[in-house]
This record gives sequence, structure tokens and C-alpha cells, in this order.
Amino acid sequence: MQKLLLLGDEAIAQGGIDAGISGIYAYPGTPSTEITEYVMHSKEAKSLGIKASWGANEKTAMETALGMSYAGKRSMVCMKHVGLNVAADAFVNSAITGANGGLIIVAADDPSMHSSQNEQDSRFFGKFALMPILEPGNQQEAYDMVHFGFELSEKFRIPVLMRITTRLAHSRAGVVRREVRKQNELKLPENLKQFILLPANARRQYKVLLNNQAAFIQSSEESSFNTLIDHSDKKLGIITCGLAYNYLIENFEDHQVPHPVLRIGQYPLPEKMIRQLYDSCDSLLILEDGYPMVEELLRGLLNNGKTIKGRLDGTVPRDGELNPNIVAVALGMADTRGRNIPDIVAGRPPSLCKGCPHIYSYNALNEALSELYKGRVFSDIGCYTLGALEPFDAINSCVDMGASITMAKGAADAGLIPSVAVIGDSTFTHSGITGLLDAVNDKSSITVVILDNGTTGMTGGQDSAAVGKIEDICMAVGVKKEHIRIINPLQKHHEENLAIMKEEIAYDGVSVIIPRRECIQTLTRRMREEKKKLATEKSEA
Amino acid sequence: MKKDIILAGVGGQGILSIAATIGTAALKAGLFLKQAEVHGMSQRGGDVQSNLRISDREIASDLIPFGKADMIISVEPMESLRYLPMLSPEGWLITNTKPFINIRNYPEMEKLMAEIALQPRHIALDADGIARELGSPKSANMVILGAASPFLDIAYEELQQAITNIFIKKGEEVVKVNLDALQAGREIAMKQNL
Repeated sequence: MQKLLLLGDEAIAQGGIDAGISGIYAYPGTPSTEITEYVMHSKEAKSLGIKASWGANEKTAMETALGMSYAGKRSMVCMKHVGLNVAADAFVNSAITGANGGLIIVAADDPSMHSSQNEQDSRFFGKFALMPILEPGNQQEAYDMVHFGFELSEKFRIPVLMRITTRLAHSRAGVVRREVRKQNELKLPENLKQFILLPANARRQYKVLLNNQAAFIQSSEESSFNTLIDHSDKKLGIITCGLAYNYLIENFEDHQVPHPVLRIGQYPLPEKMIRQLYDSCDSLLILEDGYPMVEELLRGLLNNGKTIKGRLDGTVPRDGELNPNIVAVALGMADTRGRNIPDIVAGRPPSLCKGCPHIYSYNALNEALSELYKGRVFSDIGCYTLGALEPFDAINSCVDMGASITMAKGAADAGLIPSVAVIGDSTFTHSGITGLLDAVNDKSSITVVILDNGTTGMTGGQDSAAVGKIEDICMAVGVKKEHIRIINPLQKHHEENLAIMKEEIAYDGVSVIIPRRECIQTLTRRMREEKKKLATEKSEA
Repeated sequence: MKKDIILAGVGGQGILSIAATIGTAALKAGLFLKQAEVHGMSQRGGDVQSNLRISDREIASDLIPFGKADMIISVEPMESLRYLPMLSPEGWLITNTKPFINIRNYPEMEKLMAEIALQPRHIALDADGIARELGSPKSANMVILGAASPFLDIAYEELQQAITNIFIKKGEEVVKVNLDALQAGREIAMKQNL
């Protein structure tokens, strides 16, 4: 079969196409975005009629995928780890409804917080929902696990969580494809009450889920993704989860580890395999990206068995992603770190692009607020979070999608008047609308600045659900028309923009200011594509 | 054969086109390859790097271990120094000397050059200037790749072929300027390394 050079994300996407999905749903979020983008750009997916779309947020995406599963077809939903918090209600309950057509939820964790506000470990969510979890150790496994995940999902009628991390998501390697499976036919659940979680039904369904746990564990024991590799030096046994195996073998000549190794790729944990390793070794080292989940389970609260080493006893740092050196040091090998970074090397934080509309919005906002003491601007998740850095130093919070509006309301309720929220167009439709409704209903004195660049910028310019709808949404929620002001964030309009901001910030009630100008990145891309199109038309003529 | 390469630069400078060229040539030569990239927040004008690993044997880790990289290829001088902990003591430091200044505390050039010179094996060249002289300012990347080419253990013809394959859809003229840029960088590296 054909070998492709794919990012881990792309391997999952190709796996989905080849495993016969009928739909993939997502909200963009680093490092998960490229999965859905790959399907969107795939001619093959298009010819197979696979639906690929961005939802308003992860919860709507999750529910849509569940609806497709209800109708008997295979579906995927993809998000970054914190997106799973947004989708959590649907996610946890989907384990109780169960699936009809196969359903895989992909959560991309970001240990070391390369592009995130925390490094939460999605395996805990899978365990919480009592759902099987797959954790690929390389790009080929990422591809293969999608095929296997759908088999597992359809066999037990259970959604399956696939947990990846940034390193796999954004690293390329060769992937061999399998034969393409046909999509499922439309087929309703045999029991039309399966998805009704009324208490009486939910109790029954929950028992089904509980009764299936033993079968899930059995599947893990038999899984080709969990392997116990025996070696002679039994002073130490090693458990690796996902990518950690690669970092381990990297440290040994010919990749030969002298100790027994249990390589984990499927959860719930295979109890018998773990027992076998534990019984045969003097101590254990646990290598896992993210939180010490396996380690905590094996140590237990009292930690009165054999020595268990890992993140909890300091053998491995408590936070941050693993790498070959961390594993080497954990094994007592020398750190091979080369020359130190010279002191003269300065930090180079990310910054807003040249010509970015947010620059002019922040310049006006900073000046409008300059006569008041600082500390009253609540911001949100997106490129504009870079307003926290110099030269702007313009914002005071960044917590979760949509929190700008509601935190500004809470602060205003506490007496911090005026309070200002700064939120992007896509983040507004993701999770800002309900907060705005709260503020209107409570007649809070806040000003909401909705930075409308017409796209989901930070993740690379995906479609924004808000395009062309923001004023209508604000009015429908109850913001007064005369307090919805649209400005053009350009230097030449600075005085005019400043005056409008001052007016609306002074207004005692909910006001909305919409600085509107296209993202400089999507604009450049669009111009380039139009130029190319014109050139082709010309040459054809 | 094994080459572990750190590609370094600033978001938007296009280090991934260097990676794509080496990667295409390596695959053609039947080698294994892993390439870890940076996407997302850090792309916007911040420092970016890519771990590119090529080998005739299966590769385990997506990340190069500290102190084991055979080469740093950087399109920006200060960025070339950020990854020194990754570089082997015998490794090559190949860098553009043209600074990309988007921060206020950018160090003095003499100090940067002195640090680069401390690496026993290094090639430093003004790739932007060379590319401009060739009438193709956008090909600075390929000048840098050319400067790295004598140390890559990949046949030069394979690199040329890879450039041709990658740029042919943009026309033969684009292929030619990139091949010229590759050659110019290579010649300078050979001269500096005499």
C-alpha cells in the first residue's frame, strides 16, 4: 500500500477517511486543527461525500457527531484538550447513551503549554466517562488506531476517546495506508430509547456501561497496542504510555532496553499485564506525558508496595512534556546537553502581525482608558491575547473561551465600573453570546469590544461562525441598537475610534463596539489566490 | 547514516521549505524521516524551530536528544544560538548573518558573531545579500540550504531534483533561481571550509 509522509494529525484524518467516516466535526484549536482541515482539503473525502465542518464550539461539534452516530454512520469529533471541557456535558453522557455508528472523539493535549493555558490530561476525562481510550505512540499507530477505534466503538456500541499530544500532532513520519472501508448505511438504533437519558432509562444504560467495563479491560489485555516486552534486568520494570516508549528506546544502542517494558496504547489499563510486570520486577518507573495518571493508580494513596518512580517522586519533572533527555536522567544516565544558550540571546515572544487590525483597536482602547486606573480589561482566547505583551500591555485576563464578557460583568457587579471585555468574533459565537445575555438581563455596566477580523485567526484562519451576524446577535440578545458601534481599526480613523470608545465606555449599561477589518493573514492569502486565479483565467483565454 | 538537524528561524521566515526540500530528497533516497514542527501561537513573529531527523534505520523519537544534533541550520543569527544545547560538540552551525529585528533588546551583531565563531565548525553567510545579488531575494532559504549541503550526506543532485520537484508548479524560472541560490550557498560553504 501507498506510504504517505503525514503529521500525526493528518494520519488520524486519513485514518478516518479510510475507516469509512461519514462526517467529521470540530472547532479549531492547536494542536488539533489540522485533522479536520486535512479532511476538508481532501479530494478523496469530497468524492466520498464525507461531511467536514467547523461547529460554533466543541460542544455543538460533539453533539453533531453523536447525532450522526445515532443515525448509524461513523463520525469523528476533534478538539484541543480544553475544548473537551466545553464538550464535557455531551462527552460524558455519550458514554451512557452509547454509540450506534462508530464514534471517535479526538482530544489533543498540549503538555508544556506550547499554545494553551493549561496542560490538563484528557485521559482523566476518558476514565471519568468510563470510556475506552487509545493513545498512539507514533504516526502509523495514530492511523491504525482510528481503524481499530471504530471497530471497538461498533463492537461495544461505545464512543472511544483518542488522546494525542502536540508532539505527535505536529510531527511528520511515513504512514502506510490500509484498504478503504465503506461508509455505513443509515440505520437507526435497534432500541429507539437508547439515547433517551430519562432517569429510568439512564439507570439501565449506565448499568450497561458498567457491565461493559470488564470487556473493555479484556480488550486492553488482548490489544496489539499494549505489549509486554521482557528483558533480563528485572531490578527495574518500565511502563510507557504513548510517545514515551520512543523517548525510552532512543537512549539505548539498537533501541534495546535491558529492562522489561510494558508499552501502553489502550485503556482501561490491562490489569493482568501490569500485575505480571509488577510481580517480576523489584521496582517500576512510569513514563507518561501529561499528569501522572498511571503512576497515581499504581502507587495508591498509601504507597506501601514496591517502589514506583515517576513524576510524583521527582524522578521525572512534575510538569512539561517528556523528551529523550528527561528519560535518560530518570534512568540515571548522563544528560548530554550541549553548550548553554549564550546570555545575549533575547526572548522573542510571538507578536501581532504587521498591519493587524487588533493593533489599532488596542491603541484606541488604551488611550480611551488612560485617564482611569489600570486593570479593568478582561480578554479572551485568540490572537488578541497578545495584547497582554509589550507594547500594548492592554489586558488583564485570559482564562477560557468567552470568559471576557462574564468576568467583566462580575467585576462590574463588584463595583469595578467601567469594566471592558475584549473578545474575537469567533470566540464570541463560541461562548460569548450567553454571557452577553446575562449582562443585558442584569443591566450591567460593561463595554464589550468584539474584535471582528472575520476569521478564527490564531489557528490559521478557519471560517468564523460569526461572519455577518454579530450586530443581529447583539440586538437579538437585547443590546440597544444605538449602543452597537462599528469602527474601522486603522490609524487614520484613530481620533474617531477613540471618541466612540470613550462614549460607550461612559455609558451606564451594556454597550458593544465592533472594530471590523479582515485579518491581515487571510487577506494576504485571499489576494494571492485571486491573483493566481486571474493569471490562470488570462492564460486560458 | 543518521543526520539530526535543527532548523531555526522566526515565524514566517519559511524554515519549513528547507525541511520540505531535505525531506523530499531523503525520501527519494529511501531514508527514514521524522520531522517535528511548531504550529499555532508561537508562529506569530516568535522563535520557531523544527527537529528534522533522517536515518537509514528506523527512528524512535520525534525529538532530537540534547547535545546530539549534527547540525543547526538557521535563517537568522540570534536564533542559531538558541538551540546550542541541542548541538553536538562536533556539530555544524550554519547560519544566515542577516538579523531579523522585531524586539527592542536585540543583541549587538559583533557579540552574536563572536558566539557563532565559538562553535568549532560553523558557516556564517549573508544569505539575504547573496539572494538579492542573484535577483531573487526570496531565495535566501535556498542559499542557506546550499551552505549546509556539503555536510548533509545527501547527494547534491538529489537536493537539486527535490527543488525542481517542489518549485516546478511555480514555473521554470522559479526553479532556476532556487537552484542558483543553492549553488551560491554551497560554493561559499566550500570556500569557508577550506
